[in-house]
Amino acid sequence: MNVSQIVQLLQSAVVFGTVIMFGAMGEILTEKSGNLNLGVPGIMYLGGFAGLAASFFYEFGNPDPNPVVCLIISFVAAFLAAALGGLIYSFLTITLRANQNVTGLTLTIFGGGLANFFGGSLNTMAGGVGQISVAVSSATYRTTIPGLASLTIDDFPIGSLLFGYGFMVFLAIITAVAMHFFLNRTRAGLNLRSVGENPATADAAGINVTRYKYLATCVGAGISGMGGLYYTMDYIKGTWANDGTIEALGWLAVALVIFATWRPLNAIWGSYLFGLLYWMYLYIPGLNRSTMELFKMLPYVVTIIVLITTSLRKKREDQPPAALGIPYFREER
Amino acid sequence: MKLSKEPLLRIAKRDEIARPKAYAIRIAAVLLSLIVSGLFIFAVTKLNPIAVYEAMFDGAFGSERRIWVTIRDAMMLLCIGVGLAPAFKMRFWNVGAEGQILMGGIATAGLMRMLGTSIPTPTLLCIMAVVSLVAGALWGIVPAAFKAYWNTNETLFTLMMNYVAIQLTSYCVALWENPKGSNTVGVINQATQAGWFPKIADQSYLLNVIIVMTLAVGMFIYLKYSKQGYEITVVGDSENTARYAGISVKKVTIRTMAISGAICGLAGFVAVAGASHTISTSTAGGRGFTAIIVAWLAKFNTFVMVLISFLLVFLEKGAIQIASQFNLNDFAADVITGIILFFILGSEFFINYRLILRGKEAGK
Amino acid sequence: MELTSAIELRGITKRFGKKVIANDHISMEIRRGEILSLLGENGSGKTTLMNMLSGIYYPDEGEILVNGNPVTIASPKDAFACGIGMIHQHFKLVDVFTAAENIVLGLETEGKLDLKAAAAKIREISDKYGFVIDPNKKVYDMSVSEKQTVEIVKVLYRGADILILDEPTAVLTPQETDRLFDVMRNMKADGKAMVIITHKLHEVMDVSDRVAVLRKGKYIGDVATCDTDPQKLTDMMVGRATTLNIDRPEPKNTVPRLEVKDLTIYDALGVKRLDSVSFTAMGGEILGIAGIAGSGQKELLEAVAGLQTAEKGASILYRAMGQEDNAVELVGKDPLQIKRAGVALAFVPEDRLGMGLVGTLGMTGNMLLRSYRKGHGFFTNRKEPEQLAKTVKEELEVVTPSVNFPVRRLSGGNVQKVLVGREIAQDPSVLMTAYAVRGLDINTSYTIYNLLTEQKMKGVAVVYVGEDLDVLLELCDRILVLCGGQVSGIVDARTTTKEEVGLLMTKFKKEGAEE
Repeated sequence: MNVSQIVQLLQSAVVFGTVIMFGAMGEILTEKSGNLNLGVPGIMYLGGFAGLAASFFYEFGNPDPNPVVCLIISFVAAFLAAALGGLIYSFLTITLRANQNVTGLTLTIFGGGLANFFGGSLNTMAGGVGQISVAVSSATYRTTIPGLASLTIDDFPIGSLLFGYGFMVFLAIITAVAMHFFLNRTRAGLNLRSVGENPATADAAGINVTRYKYLATCVGAGISGMGGLYYTMDYIKGTWANDGTIEALGWLAVALVIFATWRPLNAIWGSYLFGLLYWMYLYIPGLNRSTMELFKMLPYVVTIIVLITTSLRKKREDQPPAALGIPYFREER
Repeated sequence: MKLSKEPLLRIAKRDEIARPKAYAIRIAAVLLSLIVSGLFIFAVTKLNPIAVYEAMFDGAFGSERRIWVTIRDAMMLLCIGVGLAPAFKMRFWNVGAEGQILMGGIATAGLMRMLGTSIPTPTLLCIMAVVSLVAGALWGIVPAAFKAYWNTNETLFTLMMNYVAIQLTSYCVALWENPKGSNTVGVINQATQAGWFPKIADQSYLLNVIIVMTLAVGMFIYLKYSKQGYEITVVGDSENTARYAGISVKKVTIRTMAISGAICGLAGFVAVAGASHTISTSTAGGRGFTAIIVAWLAKFNTFVMVLISFLLVFLEKGAIQIASQFNLNDFAADVITGIILFFILGSEFFINYRLILRGKEAGK
Repeated sequence: MELTSAIELRGITKRFGKKVIANDHISMEIRRGEILSLLGENGSGKTTLMNMLSGIYYPDEGEILVNGNPVTIASPKDAFACGIGMIHQHFKLVDVFTAAENIVLGLETEGKLDLKAAAAKIREISDKYGFVIDPNKKVYDMSVSEKQTVEIVKVLYRGADILILDEPTAVLTPQETDRLFDVMRNMKADGKAMVIITHKLHEVMDVSDRVAVLRKGKYIGDVATCDTDPQKLTDMMVGRATTLNIDRPEPKNTVPRLEVKDLTIYDALGVKRLDSVSFTAMGGEILGIAGIAGSGQKELLEAVAGLQTAEKGASILYRAMGQEDNAVELVGKDPLQIKRAGVALAFVPEDRLGMGLVGTLGMTGNMLLRSYRKGHGFFTNRKEPEQLAKTVKEELEVVTPSVNFPVRRLSGGNVQKVLVGREIAQDPSVLMTAYAVRGLDINTSYTIYNLLTEQKMKGVAVVYVGEDLDVLLELCDRILVLCGGQVSGIVDARTTTKEEVGLLMTKFKKEGAEE
């Protein structure tokens, strides 16, 4: 493996890692409120599609689209659509007290269906598969920092490795750091964590449990949706593909939450590790087509091992939020 | 300081609800969801929703072949639901049916390729069935054992096991690729049909029906009348009561998940030997997840599962039909399925709770 | 020091449902610079009354005045606004949070979480009153006493100057109790109003200035602690014995059925729940077990049933009816092994639906719980249990739409009949019941008493864990009193008095008490 191959591998790890990181970050926020939302893949689909569609209609009806407007429109649309998915989940599980697992899985079916259905139609409208042109938006998302990205040290493309990405890669890291700060250093974060750990105690302390759960789930969904947006706008350059990659990455995001033991900062390196494990097979010598597939198993196997070791070690900080998946209803008096 | 007023709406748990009323609520939910789906279709196609439902009906039951495909797919969904029923009855979240199906499918496909015509098909079918049962059971026992001994979260564990199984399937697909470069296994034993389900009464899928319906009836009896089924009920209701009665919670957990996984493995066998005659990562195709919803909504009653399975497969087939008629794509099926499930899930609330307006019924 | 009134209650009444009056027109006063003991038996309405001050319940009738002004307390927030803080028996703490995080939780100041400033303020409070607390320690690493400290500091942090402690010593060691009392005295000296809910008389004598007594929801009166003694307080607390007219035949042919020796049990947290308990339950008699809630009653019965692990050296010998020479050792056996050893042991646990019954199943399904293993077949035999269900339904007059109607939806009395009916149907040699009449109406209670007496006359050893002393005195033949996991006495129910049992329950032995 030569230098350029290593750089290539690391770059693809960062790109896929970013998709996963957004998904996981949203799910961490959601799970910290005690809601286990298995609808992450569906939510990422919704975000990815809504961003693409918004850009598409703007660029379609506008001969000279403004990159900033492209950016804002798609960004807002993606966040809102994904948050709406979170709202459906919240309404069903919090207000109507439906089962969390079943509702989440349904959301995955629904979100994936809706996005792929309209994504396919969008393809048709644009004149065939791969014909959607949101060139301006996509280019905006893919803009790198001038100068920095082409920096080299002794021919090693350090700039390209560290900075050769669109802004969403850095936004993901900023989101993770911000979420770490929010969860651990603010009152609202403390309150949120108490809701996921022990809602009865939170309730007794005067915290509005329902409000926190709704907000965390909807905002969390919005953040997860950013993963889908980054994937469609940056990785597949503003097109739509029905190949199920978003779903696979969505489940990896759910796995990453466990792997990161519900800590945003762990999710940063964890997501790049997952990205690396995902692509590693391309660079390991001696692998054939079949053994490559075995290699792709790694992120999941590693997650299972983490899950087992945390349950064996019983270290309290590494456990899932104590009330995760358990609905909370105040006792009727 | 303010006197806090009684809220406008209060929620109270119902003591009990008459069965007809509960069903009326569920049917209302399904009807409501059909209206919403109709609106969705109308918005997309601008077609009269009634005509659309007619088209859907045509898609699912329009010809004998369509009817049989619908039956075959409903049986597949039912089979997985039957497998999940004991686990859910025990309150064990087996989200790993997808992987358990694939393990059964790999075992079946592997044996089918390996043994082929070397032994008679009936013997081969028996061997494949047994091995797929074992493969599925193994996939179920692993998370169950960790749950039983170390209380490892089973929802997340079984979910991850799915993806391990998917990659194992990809590995096998690449290994058994036929023809080279196609990235599929192709139809196994196309010429000899060795290891395929035989036609019964000239129907290719009748054996599927027989196997799955036998399982469904068997599972109903098992859960309701057997000693083991009784233990599952007790463990699912209260682990303390189980201990009080001398039931080993660990043993029951592992045993039940072995059964659950085994039946899902057998579903993989039915899918490969009885339907597609090939293996791919889409052999399970998300049905492991859909079946969770089937089992949950049916409250583990296998006969209600038959109804729900047919409803979902009807929607799927119907949506595919509209999609091809109106030049849309198949994902319409998932959208409609999602809408209907959301409504049914939401309707459970109105079965378990009632809303009380302010001022009515003080006390209790 | 002049004592000013902190809280005044006027005619406070609280009902649960139509029949139960938890508090009946209670009027009393809580003063600053004073520790008031609120004394009463289990179920006398102490906690309910205080819960109305802390915003958990809302009174049906009556008035609450804080500092002379009428107030409405509809939520815990309102209570804090009045300066009232209650420390509940069950701590409301988040395990993975530190002490400081728990203390500031839910406080309505916006923005950044300044745990350093919080820790400083916590230290300040601790130093002032003599608490020992590490603000950065996680709750799951804390002892029960430390958790309680966190709860108290949490209340003080919010500026409460009226503190209510609900049975704070129930979970503490004597040393920890002393430390808590020192802190309470410091707070008193600081002018705070303190209420301690308890039924331990020596603690009342030790820490409080004034005692208010509740009995069966009514306010009996208050006295200055210096003017009273445990005997007088017991009289106020238990009242005069009432006659229940429970039929109690003389025991006959008593033989040992259950011999418990040196039984010691630790719970999962390593707290000693039973301390070398020894006694013998005789066939043909009802052995009552009295004690304050949580004195080890639950652990005792569960240990016999094989649901608790006893420390080494313990022995529980069981002798079946008709096979008195053949003793079976129960220690070291799990419930299934006990059953397989042919032991006919019936057990009516305290948590009926959580431990003894399967709520989602009907009567038939619940009868099956004890007998489903019968026969070698794969399937359960439903004929016998169904017949039994019908018999129980008829004989005990269980009100249920059908024998297949989920027992979870039956009323408390009917649930208990199903459970007791099943257990008696096993033809037991030993029958253990925990709080068998809790929550039942008078008629059902008498049905249960009669059933137990019937069993006794058959030669069964009946163990009756109860809370109502009147019933224990009239139903049982002997009464074993548990106090803090130890046997504080075994008395003859026919000759003892309520006062004597009451004192044994609180470790105050009267001169000349038997045994």
